[in-house]
Amino acid sequence: MTALLDVKNITVRYGSLTLLDDVSFTLNEGEWLMVCGPNGAGKSTLVGAITQGVPHSGETLYRGKNLKNVKPSETAKYIGVLQQSNSVGYAFSVEEVIRLGRYAHSRGFFAGRGQSGEDDETLVSAAIAKVGLEPFLKQSIMTLSGGELQRTFLAQVFAQNPQILILDEPTNHLDLVYQQRTFELIRGWLTEAPGRAVISVVHDLNLAKAYGTSALLLNRGKTVAHGNPAAALSAASLQTVYEMDVYKWMHTMLSQWED
Amino acid sequence: MLKPAKRREGFHPLVYLLFSAVTLVVFVFCVAVGSVSVPLSELRTSMIITGVRLPRVICCALAGASLSVCGCAMQGLLKNPLADASTLGVSAGAGLGAVTAIAFGITLPGLPFAGTTVFASLFAFVSLLAILTLAYSIDRTLATNTIILIGVIFSMFVSALMSILITFAGEKANHMIFWTMGSLSGSSYNNVLLLAGTLLVFGGVLTALSRELNAFAIGEENARHIGVNVKRVKLLVLIATSVLIGVCVSIGGTIAFVGLVTPHMVRMLTGPNHKRLMPASLFGGAVLLMLCDLVSRTMFSPRELPIGVVTSLVGAVLFVRIFYASRRAK
Repeated sequence: MTALLDVKNITVRYGSLTLLDDVSFTLNEGEWLMVCGPNGAGKSTLVGAITQGVPHSGETLYRGKNLKNVKPSETAKYIGVLQQSNSVGYAFSVEEVIRLGRYAHSRGFFAGRGQSGEDDETLVSAAIAKVGLEPFLKQSIMTLSGGELQRTFLAQVFAQNPQILILDEPTNHLDLVYQQRTFELIRGWLTEAPGRAVISVVHDLNLAKAYGTSALLLNRGKTVAHGNPAAALSAASLQTVYEMDVYKWMHTMLSQWED
Repeated sequence: MLKPAKRREGFHPLVYLLFSAVTLVVFVFCVAVGSVSVPLSELRTSMIITGVRLPRVICCALAGASLSVCGCAMQGLLKNPLADASTLGVSAGAGLGAVTAIAFGITLPGLPFAGTTVFASLFAFVSLLAILTLAYSIDRTLATNTIILIGVIFSMFVSALMSILITFAGEKANHMIFWTMGSLSGSSYNNVLLLAGTLLVFGGVLTALSRELNAFAIGEENARHIGVNVKRVKLLVLIATSVLIGVCVSIGGTIAFVGLVTPHMVRMLTGPNHKRLMPASLFGGAVLLMLCDLVSRTMFSPRELPIGVVTSLVGAVLFVRIFYASRRAK
């Protein structure tokens, strides 16, 4: 297995507060890492540090390249992010938002003219087809439902064509069907080409277990467990982090569905 | 697989031709009409036309274009349809700079009005920096209302400082009060040159950042994730708008609301994409300010209103309308 991303000793401090304390992990090709933990565990801060949006100590290496020394447009070619939610201010069309995903690949004076080798048009239309947004292309993003908006940004990040996709709780406010569809789309993306990987921040431990190939359990900025989902999200480690019997709770919930 | 038609984000060249034609018609109309009627045959020789009205109308067009393109850029950058040099307090800051330069007699040797211009731009930049720093530290998401509130308070504070300077200015006071109102009467060809040069350079910088502004208008976080150099774009926009506003204020005083109204009206026609919004605002702002100036000098002829009064009247009503609509949308 080849290491795609090496996260080394990331620490984030905000005043006297330590939001992340010496977090390290390696992300391999084909891996889907689930970052779990209660509110305030530092999950989103970790995403911010990896994408160089949050000041931190420690380093993140993409195939050995320190992202601290890489231009934002270069980083965007390696890492794409689907955010939790995007509030909308202006009536851009769905297509305009998706096309901006190509920003990093076609910049400068000849922006949008596909000088990057990959064909902008092909990637954009493939991304649109993948999420099934064809009927919405000309529609204003202000008229979309939460699920449609999230799909628009998913298409944007597909068009961006990164090697690593980071999902920061993107399905939190979406209904069950959208959650399932989104995760299936992402699994499809991950397996469709070699050399890709996914990091997702999730609250839903069921999703983590169902889709993750590995898991990182955080609590108060510290790594509690890291490894395959079964081991990292064991009854014992979840008990210490959530201070409740998660396994028992899950089984109680599931038993509601028995006839 | 559906293949989206190869499309142009900007305007077709013919649209530019149309814009230019409209602007030219309005321009000729504004030069021809005024409190003193000049017979057509004397258009070329009349001192009123070539010496007074022509430079004034050109200045209006250039200042209107500059302020509008600044408004556009700020509204995109901050994802805030209410952002404008006047609502953010930047115009007030620039005015304070101009007044300070006069109060302390600051001039640059060889350039008669460079002192006020440089100071106005400098103060505009510091104002923007102060307002944004404060806004970010209060509310990282930069909510619409936070910024506007800070802008209002900042404007009040700056106006107070300006009043203090004017109070102690003695015989310079009359000269200084000009910056609190805004007027382009008495514009010279020197002003035309300065405005044109600044617009060419810094208006060009802002227009070249259209794609980045689109990304910001969709969301700053998203902009960063797709690879926009967020810090550099912000700094460039801040510098360019500061200089443009500084130059406009040093020549015409605080002409409020043009930068708010024009992009808003243009957006209804072109949509929010800055590739169309920016150039259309350039033309729209020029037309709007030329017309406002025409109203200001003909409505109560031979008496003349400061142009800032006219733009404020129009702008304030529209501000309420946009604010109301944006609140309703939530």
